[in-house]
Amino acid sequence: MTHMDLLEFARGPALWFSLLVFVAGSAWRIIAIFRLGTKPDLSEPRSTQRFAGAMRGIFARMIQRKEFRRSGKLGALNGYLYHLGLAAIVFGYLPHVLFVERLTGVAWPPLPEWLVYLAVGPAVIGLLVVLLERLTDPVLRLLSGFDDWFSWFIVFLPLITGMAAVGGWSAHSAPGGAPLYPVPLAIHLLSVELLFLWLPFGKLAHAFLVFISRGITGAALTRKGAAL
Amino acid sequence: MALRQCAMGTPVATPTAFETRARAVVASAAAPDPRRAAQEFVARVNRDAAFQLDACVRCGQCADACHFYLVTRDPRYTPVYKLRPMLRAYQRERAPFAKVKKWLGLAPPEATAAELAEWSELIYDSCNLCGRCTLACPMGIDIAELVRRAREGMSVAGFAPPDLYKAAEHALDSGSPIGVLWPALRRQIEIQEKETGLEIPVDVEGADYLVILSSIEIIAFPETIGALARIFRQAKVSWTIPSVGFEATNVGVQLGSRDVAAALLSRVVEAAERLKVKYVISPECGHAYSALRWEGPNLLGRPLPFKVVQIVELLDQLVHEGRLRTRGGDARRLAFHDPCQLVRRGGITEAPRRLMDGVSENTVEMPSSGAANFCCGGGGGVSAIHRAEKLRFAAFECKKEQVESAGAEALVTACANCRNVLEEAIEHYDMTLPVIGLTELMALYLESAPLDPDPAAALR
Repeated sequence: MTHMDLLEFARGPALWFSLLVFVAGSAWRIIAIFRLGTKPDLSEPRSTQRFAGAMRGIFARMIQRKEFRRSGKLGALNGYLYHLGLAAIVFGYLPHVLFVERLTGVAWPPLPEWLVYLAVGPAVIGLLVVLLERLTDPVLRLLSGFDDWFSWFIVFLPLITGMAAVGGWSAHSAPGGAPLYPVPLAIHLLSVELLFLWLPFGKLAHAFLVFISRGITGAALTRKGAAL
Repeated sequence: MALRQCAMGTPVATPTAFETRARAVVASAAAPDPRRAAQEFVARVNRDAAFQLDACVRCGQCADACHFYLVTRDPRYTPVYKLRPMLRAYQRERAPFAKVKKWLGLAPPEATAAELAEWSELIYDSCNLCGRCTLACPMGIDIAELVRRAREGMSVAGFAPPDLYKAAEHALDSGSPIGVLWPALRRQIEIQEKETGLEIPVDVEGADYLVILSSIEIIAFPETIGALARIFRQAKVSWTIPSVGFEATNVGVQLGSRDVAAALLSRVVEAAERLKVKYVISPECGHAYSALRWEGPNLLGRPLPFKVVQIVELLDQLVHEGRLRTRGGDARRLAFHDPCQLVRRGGITEAPRRLMDGVSENTVEMPSSGAANFCCGGGGGVSAIHRAEKLRFAAFECKKEQVESAGAEALVTACANCRNVLEEAIEHYDMTLPVIGLTELMALYLESAPLDPDPAAALR
């Protein structure tokens, strides 16, 4: 297999297979849980604004209540740091936008390249702090299992391979359209595909489960007239 | 026939069926069965619970919301860790991909009897079901509700604390978890009638409001009955106390047994139906409110044939309507201790404060008051678990810090269990701080009532 063959594999069958698993796995996880069902609540609601409550629940938990801001965990603040950093890189980097456009035809204006490079710092440092805290904090150590360690690795890996691949994407191509450095790019793509393969099955599924979970609690507490 | 059809066509159990199953739950204490616990854990994970169990990212932020963790720094008291046996059962049997994981040999093992015995302390002794962790969870997971569901698995399989099984047995036998029978309540009513000079209506058919009471109120704070009589006389409220089915405490909710809870609740419902009342007043008791108002219809499988009103809500309504008028005010720095099930879990946050402002010249707020208030440490049945006493007193340190920070000279609350637990802890820490029931405070400053020259003395 030549270097270009590897890249073609990463861009072709590996990508489509990982996307298939990602979509089917995520759909199955949500549908399987929905099918568990729930009984209707027969108590008289204090408020019937359940949908509004669910929405409020989703947005309210994006900002920690002031009573809990003195928490001993770095996670609360650090969470913003690496989530925002990752979002800037994943959705703001021009090659990523072009990649999505090639797949779906949907595109959006990218962030300036300098801003994306700036976002790498918080993302990498934030994720390293996450790991350090999980290794040293007694609560996090007790709670952590394979899913936590592997999920961390699976998120960190594309960051590292992505940094190695910078400059190897098709805009910086050799004559004939082939990337100058196909191997780092192929490895980066494969690491992202590994993320797609794992996401539906582990804790990374919180990317979509968080909205459902917050919505459920938001609706339930609103029903009782309780604070969110 | 143990089943009958409810109005919606769903078969619901009769009180007799609840009693039979409730007795079986109590009997399970004699032969703990981890397999039965696992089955019940799985059965209790419905759609909403499953989404929430799956959404956890194990960030540990719930630990910093829990007073048991904050005072001990024992990571085992992290709220979400308390769910581990239920989570494992769910992941093994019911979660998406569970069958694949089982086939691959990756499914988590079932919890053993020894593990469940250890978790009994975590799920009961060190959890008040107060819901502070729920409020802190960035994933929006209702951890308190999940612990309540975990208790259902523990209680049906014999892994709940022996004290709670005993309390449940007492309640099923006598109606009260501590054996308070009608003659004891009748005696307290007679005393209050003498003290107030008012007749306290008993078993009056067709009254608007049915007053039920918790055993703690009857035994430790019977003045509440007299206070209600004075308040209702001024507000011209038609009310009655039942001689059967007067117990508001529902140990089934604390134990985590739906059958015990439903059996006990049925007695209140029967009393309300027998006396044809329109409303049942949930007394100053947090979990009694939760059991009757929010869980009641779901436990019985049918809507309640009356409206449930919490006493604080009713007093607030009477003041708003101008039927309840007060004069004067307590000059001490009074702080309201928010009972978790009324405030954080029940949404009754502003009403007690409005009432206090009407009879207090100097109301102060504790830090994190309202929805994020610290529990007294005895909620969720913890005050009934003897082995948990030391931990409960330790947890009170969070509350103590709040009280001292506010410079409160007296605490007011609307839960007899909170009041009792607070008084015990205050004594334990050699503090001097009276704890007052809100209903009693209101009654003391009624417009028609003679003003006591020394309210502090009148309120202990």
